[in-house]
Amino acid sequence: MAEPKTKYDRQLRIWGDQGQAALEKASICLLNCGPTGSETLKNLVLGGIGSITVVDGSKVELGDLGNNFMVDESSVGQSKAKCVCAFLQELNDAVKAKFIEEYPEALIETNPSFFSQFTLIVATQLVEDSMIKLDRICREANVMLIFARSYGLTGLVRISMKEHTTVESKPDHFLDDLRLNNPWPELRRFAETIDLDVSDPVAHKHIPYVVILVKMAQEWAKSHGGTLPSTREEKKEFKDLLKARTVAADEDNYKEAIEASYKVFAPPGISSDLQQIINDSSAEVDTNSSDFWIMVAALKEFIKNEGGGAAPLEGSIPDMTSSTEQYVNLQNIYLAKAEADFLAIEQRVCRYRPVEDEFNSPILSELQKYITDEDYSVAVGFYILFRAVDRFAANYNSFPGQFDGAMDEDISRLKTTAVSLLSDLGCNGSTITEDLINEMCRFGASELHAVAAFVGGIASQEVIKVLYLHNTGLVKSFRGSTFDFWCSKLQNLVLEP
Amino acid sequence: MTNSAVQQSRSRDLDKLLLRPGNLVEPAFEPGPGLREDLKELVKVLVVGAGGLGCELLKDLALSGFRELEVIDMDRIEIMPVDLALSALRVLAAICLVFIITALLEDVGKPKAEVAAKHVMERVSGVNIVPHFGRIEDKELDFYSNFNIIALGLDSIEARSYINAVACSFLEYDSNDNPLEETIKPMVDGGTEGFKGHARVIMPGVTPCFECTIWLFPPQVKFPLCTLAETPRNAAHCIEYAHLIKWDEVHSGKAFDPDDPEHMKWVYDEAVKRAELFGIPGVTYSLTQGVVKNIIPAIASTNAIISAACALETLKIVSGCSKTLSNYLTYNGAEGLHTKVTEFVKDKDCLVCGPGVLVELETSVTLEKFIGLLEEHPKLQLSKASISHRGKNLYMQAPPVLEEMTRSNLGLPLFDLMGKISKDVVHATGTIITSDKKISCLRKLRVVFKGVDGVADMDTAGGA
Repeated sequence: MAEPKTKYDRQLRIWGDQGQAALEKASICLLNCGPTGSETLKNLVLGGIGSITVVDGSKVELGDLGNNFMVDESSVGQSKAKCVCAFLQELNDAVKAKFIEEYPEALIETNPSFFSQFTLIVATQLVEDSMIKLDRICREANVMLIFARSYGLTGLVRISMKEHTTVESKPDHFLDDLRLNNPWPELRRFAETIDLDVSDPVAHKHIPYVVILVKMAQEWAKSHGGTLPSTREEKKEFKDLLKARTVAADEDNYKEAIEASYKVFAPPGISSDLQQIINDSSAEVDTNSSDFWIMVAALKEFIKNEGGGAAPLEGSIPDMTSSTEQYVNLQNIYLAKAEADFLAIEQRVCRYRPVEDEFNSPILSELQKYITDEDYSVAVGFYILFRAVDRFAANYNSFPGQFDGAMDEDISRLKTTAVSLLSDLGCNGSTITEDLINEMCRFGASELHAVAAFVGGIASQEVIKVLYLHNTGLVKSFRGSTFDFWCSKLQNLVLEP
Repeated sequence: MTNSAVQQSRSRDLDKLLLRPGNLVEPAFEPGPGLREDLKELVKVLVVGAGGLGCELLKDLALSGFRELEVIDMDRIEIMPVDLALSALRVLAAICLVFIITALLEDVGKPKAEVAAKHVMERVSGVNIVPHFGRIEDKELDFYSNFNIIALGLDSIEARSYINAVACSFLEYDSNDNPLEETIKPMVDGGTEGFKGHARVIMPGVTPCFECTIWLFPPQVKFPLCTLAETPRNAAHCIEYAHLIKWDEVHSGKAFDPDDPEHMKWVYDEAVKRAELFGIPGVTYSLTQGVVKNIIPAIASTNAIISAACALETLKIVSGCSKTLSNYLTYNGAEGLHTKVTEFVKDKDCLVCGPGVLVELETSVTLEKFIGLLEEHPKLQLSKASISHRGKNLYMQAPPVLEEMTRSNLGLPLFDLMGKISKDVVHATGTIITSDKKISCLRKLRVVFKGVDGVADMDTAGGA
């Protein structure tokens, strides 16, 4: 037990033993082991992933030495999958590493059942046609799939899964749910035992702000027909009342109370995200429902009944100025409530659209919105061009600009391809700028190491997130993005699920 | 050799970017084989730090067309006794999980910079990496001025601040206070914590330097001693009580060593006792280590992302092959995935990258008097300053040998020591006190002598 603890100490501090166990159980398959794929796996191998299988049918060429750290001079002419696998294995002998010398496109065509043995597939540098086919296979087999692609100074990462349910028990951003706007009887009773006007200055400056706010809110409600401050004037007035209660300049507890007073102003109840989930038709459970939806159904019942419109309490409280005794008591009151409630505080569900749907019937309104939005126009332009180069490659057997000498012709061909693609998508009249088209041809399907390391880094981070989300649910995952680096403002287009 | 191998070159992919003209590039971009060869032969890059970020940076730069790299780091590859039984590779992972290279047992005890350089050179042939084992403060200014660009892979604010001051010290301004382009020493800087990170580009005099935006780094959480002693509320308070108060009470005079497992165990046991006394949950050995050693949680993927962004910016700055990041990228993978680029503006009065603190002097002021003035100067408050002018040490506080050699200058007028010119920049290294901590810092001073007019200046220059 002591050994992996030390070995992975720094990451265990983030995802805990459960998260690490999820990684060690996982079996990952990499398709194509150029720099994008190699860098993705490198991060996972260092993190202690269970097993990896590298699939690539190509041989190492001289050019690969210039962009891939997982090959060296002695690898030239040998199977790329074999060489990359061997160097990856060197990084961590606890990982089971193997390779298969075969082209992923061929496996997708001839042996779809191959993929069902894995927890997750990382598919790199695949073109559209193979992406669609692989997505179909993985959905059917219920295998998680992450696409990653580097292309010149642009890249793309996309997650595809049938359904991704997570129970978030420890969100990073958690706005401490203290129920100051709606204290339950035990909390109110505890607040009543404490006198805000205590004459001992030491006691006065150690009253936890939670107690101060509960009492002050109650006082306010009494003189305002049971309502809490809601207008800007009322909020200011409430803060001024707090200030007036301060008896000495060094009373941090009152400063904390003023800072946290927005928690009193927040309307009670549940978030709109949560509302949407419990309204989902899947929350009407039957014998086929997944554990997740059964839990949602239970949650819905809870909110309607015991919760009185509120979700279960999470129970932890932030550190605050206080005497030890009052803090510990307060903590116990919150914990007792949380234990009486559910453990879960927020449920989310992500359904990912099949890649095929995204490609063939995009959400037009979104696409058009992004094309005209200055902050996204470049990223969405490259998103379209990613698809255009695949269409180009299907027609002309090479990517635009892949070889020197035909640049001008390729630029005009790519332009025509992009225009017809946009019209097929229903975005008539939209255009991609000449600058982007030129750049895409200049990139000529190159895979630059630094871009591959960036894209692979993101892909590996997402692998880790989807793997341990099922277990500890610490971090939300995302759906997919394209990135581009040519412009001084890196643009990141987050795709719709 | 096969046909395709003959036609191909190692820079197959990079060539597309470096040899072809582009529409969205920096104005100075001159594509062609010449540019590729210049990157290889003429451009020298310094990587500061050989930890998780630094090793990734070396690898990324070595595969981004750079051949002449140097790396500086003051740490050795260390192992804790508990790891001794583990295999060589596990040892590596235990030391720096985010190391991208394979260290062997023979590497243990060697400087990180040396090991990182060796492994990257073995893998990427043709790359030349010179390692430097030591403190960044111990290198002469000349050392840093040799590099075209400096890439930082550090985890400390102090070290970033120091390198920033060094790079900014090379910056010169014209008479209209505009930065002289040839004196700009660019830096790229990366940092990570958990799933989050940042990458930034610093062009001293043009974009904000580290010091202009020092507020970006929130002060580290410190607990008031009275809380630890009287009103502990959480596990960290109990641990810090054992670490900062109880240890000294029991072990009078013996320093606490965070790397000694027995010391750590003692603190943990005491923290548990304290927590039980106050009914506080959550003290674990792992948390004790985390609190006492201020361990920043780190994962390989975030280091990879941030280093890659820094390496790419390095390539863009040097070659102009695409527009440079302007100027601060934040990456957050903790909540979905967000990237944001913010264009910060520089502080024109910045002590470090600005034109310098103006110090007006009589020509009779001695060096000793001048050093005293720096301590009293309201903007500087620099004590025990060592002074250098145009790379020449006028007075050094340490080491003793240099102190003795330069002591005789103390009684001479600074005007004479500076070659009797009316104004120039001098550098002062001394200590300042910020938030009760003494830190060493380098300051740029624009010294102007009263009563020596521009004509005299020209005469001197002409006569020299």
